[in-house]
Amino acid sequence: MNETLYPISVEVNGVLRTAPVPARLTLVDWLREELRLTGTHVGCEHGICGACSIMLDGEPVRSCLMYAVQADGHRVTTVEGLAQPDGSLSVLQDSFCDLHALQCGYCTPGILIAAQGLLDATAHPTDEQIREAIGGNLCRCTGYQQIVDAVKHAAARLAEDPLSPRGRGTG
Amino acid sequence: MKAAAFDYVRAGSVAEACELLRQDGDAIKLIAGGQSLVPMMAMRLARPSRLIDINEIAALKFVAPDPDAIRIGACTRQCVLERDDALAVRVPLLRQALAWVGHIQTRNRGTLGGSLAHADPAAELPLAAQVLGARMMLRSTSGMRCVPASDFFAGPLATAIEPHECLEEVHWPVWPERRTGSAFIEVSRRHGDFAIVAAAAQIAVDDDGRCIRASFGLGGGGQTPLAFPGLAAHLLGTRLDATVVQSVAQDAAIELDPGNDLHASAGYRKHLAAVLAARALRAAFDQTKDKQ
Repeated sequence: MNETLYPISVEVNGVLRTAPVPARLTLVDWLREELRLTGTHVGCEHGICGACSIMLDGEPVRSCLMYAVQADGHRVTTVEGLAQPDGSLSVLQDSFCDLHALQCGYCTPGILIAAQGLLDATAHPTDEQIREAIGGNLCRCTGYQQIVDAVKHAAARLAEDPLSPRGRGTG
Repeated sequence: MKAAAFDYVRAGSVAEACELLRQDGDAIKLIAGGQSLVPMMAMRLARPSRLIDINEIAALKFVAPDPDAIRIGACTRQCVLERDDALAVRVPLLRQALAWVGHIQTRNRGTLGGSLAHADPAAELPLAAQVLGARMMLRSTSGMRCVPASDFFAGPLATAIEPHECLEEVHWPVWPERRTGSAFIEVSRRHGDFAIVAAAAQIAVDDDGRCIRASFGLGGGGQTPLAFPGLAAHLLGTRLDATVVQSVAQDAAIELDPGNDLHASAGYRKHLAAVLAARALRAAFDQTKDKQ
């Protein structure tokens, strides 16, 4: 079957990517299978688990709930875009390691995106705000306490040094 | 879990969307936030042959305060509404309802009009629309028509929107009474899920603390969210004492026709409906006390 292909042009982690895509290709499938950005995970594929969370124009959304063609002209940040260009981890990612906030790692990219969205908007989040921010992400390994602790730890580190990677000073 | 093939058109204006709908409305679905439509297409419960994307139409994204109502563009994102402090003052029930809608990631993308047009019987925004008597403005190439919430919800995932029409604006009446309180409560298996049962209420009282205006409704208990204007009238002139609240809430629950499913039996839903309706009424009334 010959499906119509639609040209798209999307800024992904700061790089303009262009491609022809069929309309039914979800954004997450495009990111993973065409761009090979496999950090974003596919879990439930219907908007429940949060594993595929990415930032669209700076705000966390589920990339299984939109088509790649809809991202044309927009800006996408995946978990690969949180780390520094040299691959060193952001403060938030580093805090997840320090506080054992992951076990199998499947949910982690989505939770990092959700938590980064919170930290971008809120310098000193309360426990309640952190739980609300990651409330749309399922983790089946760790329980959520260490994740909450890690986000809080990251917020404290960023407050001390706003110019650290993915601090508010670096946008 | 992949959608069937479809054609895609990004509409530049409401007029363009309406013209496309006029040509072939039956085969077309409008896509706004897509937070319900995309999963339905992934499961192939929906197989439109063409999607008209209205996300890029700036004219569908606005919050306009009129004297007696707030007009909101259908494609306004839920996250924008939940952050709007001025809206929360004039239509407080809307922010209270939004706190229960999905999660941050879905509210960042999901829209007001999309939720109303999808019309899930357990969704929060349709219930808020019923309780406040919101008015849906439906645009087609032949003009605009206004459908009140009471005539809008036709059944599960069914509304009064005709295949050639596009929901363009929603008008939310503002209650002028100074001492107005409202509440939205629900029980769901996890926060952010659709409600097993949800209850919403808005109450206004006079200087003496007696009820002068009342509206309440229930979601998740039948084919559509329901408001109960006849029962709410029993609250007028009272101070919402326990007896009258219990009786009105019980009567509302009796009118429901909930289904049995994996999540809850019909009997449990009816029980929840009576309990939550009473709590929502009391909570709304208690809020009026803060506005002496």
